[in-house]
Amino acid sequence: MSESKFIYVTYIRTTPEKLWAALTQEEFIKQYWFGVAFDTDWKPGSPWRMHYADGQVTDEGEVAQCEPPRRLALRWRHKMRPQLAEEGEAFCLIELEPHQDTVKLTVTHTMPQPDSKLIQAVSGGWPSILSNLKSLLETGKVILTRM
Amino acid sequence: MSMDPIFRALADPVRRRLLDRLFARNGQTLGELCEGEAMTRQAVTKHLAILEAANLVVSQKRGREKLHFINPVPINEIAERWIGKFEAPRLAALAQLKRKLEGDDHE
Repeated sequence: MSESKFIYVTYIRTTPEKLWAALTQEEFIKQYWFGVAFDTDWKPGSPWRMHYADGQVTDEGEVAQCEPPRRLALRWRHKMRPQLAEEGEAFCLIELEPHQDTVKLTVTHTMPQPDSKLIQAVSGGWPSILSNLKSLLETGKVILTRM
Repeated sequence: MSMDPIFRALADPVRRRLLDRLFARNGQTLGELCEGEAMTRQAVTKHLAILEAANLVVSQKRGREKLHFINPVPINEIAERWIGKFEAPRLAALAQLKRKLEGDDHE
């Protein structure tokens, strides 16, 4: 396989609308994303930025697709670690599908080149974020407040 | 989703090895995963189906082929349920101690 790709799937006992709100509303994001804030208006073509409370930007890009409450695609550029930043643009696709009494959430993170260090780095972060998100929606509480 | 299928899937050494191989190289076809396994294609297919049902493996079509990806989210949920929430402060302290002793300033 020439590209680097990771696929994360989790089933969350909630509705697509609630999950969509958790993925796109600032107040929710802060709770499960380890204090990181997200700036964007979620319109296709609009820029997005992820940053810490002190203003340091970790990642940024553009919204490629936004179809509530089903599909969100982001062009993704890392800004903090030079080694990851120099790899260029990654692509992140977030899909929601109703599945029995749950919603299947699929996050696919792709980089066009093989052995991407960025994909390796995000592959460690996404599982904790998704477990926290699931816990927040199902129990009202996050599991971990920091990574 | 119940955790039973996850533990059942992980209880088999062949399936754990398949996960190790996907961890080493993600996105492999059935043919690639059969290489080096001393069993039939059907047996590997069956093991992969059990891993998929437990959500430990996710497959995606690419043309005629099906690529298999390791999904670490359920294993992370196990880790956080029995390790993370109880041990996080102590593990962090241990990790810090280890870094100090080993003189490693990186992450």
